[in-house]
Amino acid sequence: MRLESASPVAADAKIGIRLTINGEVRDIQVAPWTTLLDLLRERLDLTGTKKGCDHGQCGACTVLVDGTRVNACLILAVMKDGAEITTVEGLGGLANGGAGSNGLHPIQAAFVEHDAFQCGYCTPGQLCSSVGMLNEGHARTRDEIREAMSGNLCRCGAYTNIVDAIEDVLQGEAR
Amino acid sequence: MNRFDYVRAGTVAEAVQAYGTADRARFIAGGTNLVDLMKYDVERPGRLIDITRLPLDAIEDHAGGLRIGALVTNAALAYDARVGERYSLLRDAILAGASAQLRNAASTGGNLLQRTRCYYFYDTATPCNKREPGTGCPAIGGLNRIHAIFGASEACIATHPSDMCVALAALEATVRVSGPAGERMIAFADFHRLPGSTPEKDTNLEPGEIVVSVDLPETGYARNYTYLKLRDRLSYAFALVSVAAGLELDGDRVKTARLALGGVAHKPWRNREAEALLQGKPATRETFQAAADLVVAEAKPQSENGFKVELARRAIVRGLEQAAAGTPQSITDKRIQ
Ligand SMILES: Cc1cc2nc3c(=O)[nH]c(=O)nc-3n(C[C@H](O)[C@H](O)[C@H](O)COP(=O)(O)OP(=O)(O)OC[C@H]3O[C@@H](n4cnc5c(N)ncnc54)[C@H](O)[C@@H]3O)c2cc1C
Ligand code: SF4
Ligand code: FES
Ligand code: FES
Repeated sequence: MRLESASPVAADAKIGIRLTINGEVRDIQVAPWTTLLDLLRERLDLTGTKKGCDHGQCGACTVLVDGTRVNACLILAVMKDGAEITTVEGLGGLANGGAGSNGLHPIQAAFVEHDAFQCGYCTPGQLCSSVGMLNEGHARTRDEIREAMSGNLCRCGAYTNIVDAIEDVLQGEAR
Repeated sequence: MNRFDYVRAGTVAEAVQAYGTADRARFIAGGTNLVDLMKYDVERPGRLIDITRLPLDAIEDHAGGLRIGALVTNAALAYDARVGERYSLLRDAILAGASAQLRNAASTGGNLLQRTRCYYFYDTATPCNKREPGTGCPAIGGLNRIHAIFGASEACIATHPSDMCVALAALEATVRVSGPAGERMIAFADFHRLPGSTPEKDTNLEPGEIVVSVDLPETGYARNYTYLKLRDRLSYAFALVSVAAGLELDGDRVKTARLALGGVAHKPWRNREAEALLQGKPATRETFQAAADLVVAEAKPQSENGFKVELARRAIVRGLEQAAAGTPQSITDKRIQ
């Protein structure tokens, strides 16, 4: 069913929502307790977005909602009816034209160039978070990048190279 | 997560009404605290009322100050140009908290109403007077390194974890709420409460009341302020002790002082006697030490958090020095100057 008014939807009903995910419009029926993270991974097979802690403490689940970076594990999908979601799978498309011949977003290319990962588990979140950080436009210096990216933990400790990669893209934008 | 019914409210009146007709209703805004607690079964709402579509997301000039809608995100508030210019204490406190992702989602109202990070409160396998009144408080004599040193009770020694609220307490904001009985204004100092014998109540909000806005008065202490947050790691961690300080100076003397502490009590902790002591005194380390001594004289540490007393004393002195010198704590370069 689709929500029209402020009348309550009973706990056993599914609710129809529309999301634009990586540029594709999707009409989806969800139970209200489904998180955006579980919807992406378990229902839509978009497993690029990772579940680390499921409690907002690691950043592995970072996606862009209307261009803003957020933790998908703490968002109920039903509350984002109408939103545009970008996951790591959609970053190349987001670069529209800015993507390299390999289809990568500049930040993805910079991560490859700088070897900004080891196991790669935190990487989708780091990438989406970096793009969100660039959209926000507040970080300029290395210290500011480190602080702005502190919501993304990397158990492998690839931090130095992650900051190098972001700094590279930031300086490229400034040129 | 338990099963709940879902209401998407379009107006404040609809939200308030939907609350009244349900068993265990909860408003939800950013969800960064409520969804977390629902995953642990600490919160088991019968109904969730989605308030994110209410028209409460503006920051407006109001009575010489600012009126901040309850749905303004922590990030939007921190990066608002007026806040940066006139209420930089508030900006810095917000940016010292959580992560960029969380601040993008977290709302002003939700930040006020976030619940304690006490380990036992989060663990439904243990007793906890705040979660289940009358079951006891295992933090007393247990793991209490992060707990309160001021204003606690036999029933609960939890702290309020917000950074933003510490700045709002120092600035003497006002909380505007709307509920079944209409609208009312609550002074920030009266919004949160001490645990006493009813720790299940964090605030003085009545059931069904919704925060509509937080209003800032004209004076922002933007020249002489600091937000100094001390924690186990330099980012993305809650405060063990934090200090919000705002001074108005008259030459080298203190004209008025505002001082609030975070991470040490069930609410942002203010000591009016210490603020009064500072008034009219030279803005020197000796003066600040006297104020700090007065504040910590009241401290009652628990078995594991005695270190907070000395930490608070020193943080107050350093915070007041930073404020007086006009050199607020940097939120990126974490070295404490
Ligand atoms: C890993 C992590 C680290 C964090 N670190 C920090 C930190 O260092 N410093 C800090 O200050 N905070 C920190 N936070 C907490 C964060 O600031 C809060 O979770 C956030 O501010 C809550 O806002 P929200 O809109 O998401 O609230 P929600 O989760 O939507 O709601 C929280 C509560 O407020 C109620 N509520 C929401 N809006 C209203 C309203 N308008 N009227 C009445 N009731 C309302 C809800 O019913 C609920 O009970 C952290 C959180 C996480 C997950
Ligand atoms: S300190 Fe308060 S919240 Fe923590 S266990 Fe005791 S009663 Fe519960
Ligand atoms: S999985 Fe969302 S922050 Fe860790
Ligand atoms: S690369 Fe392994 S967690 Fe970051």
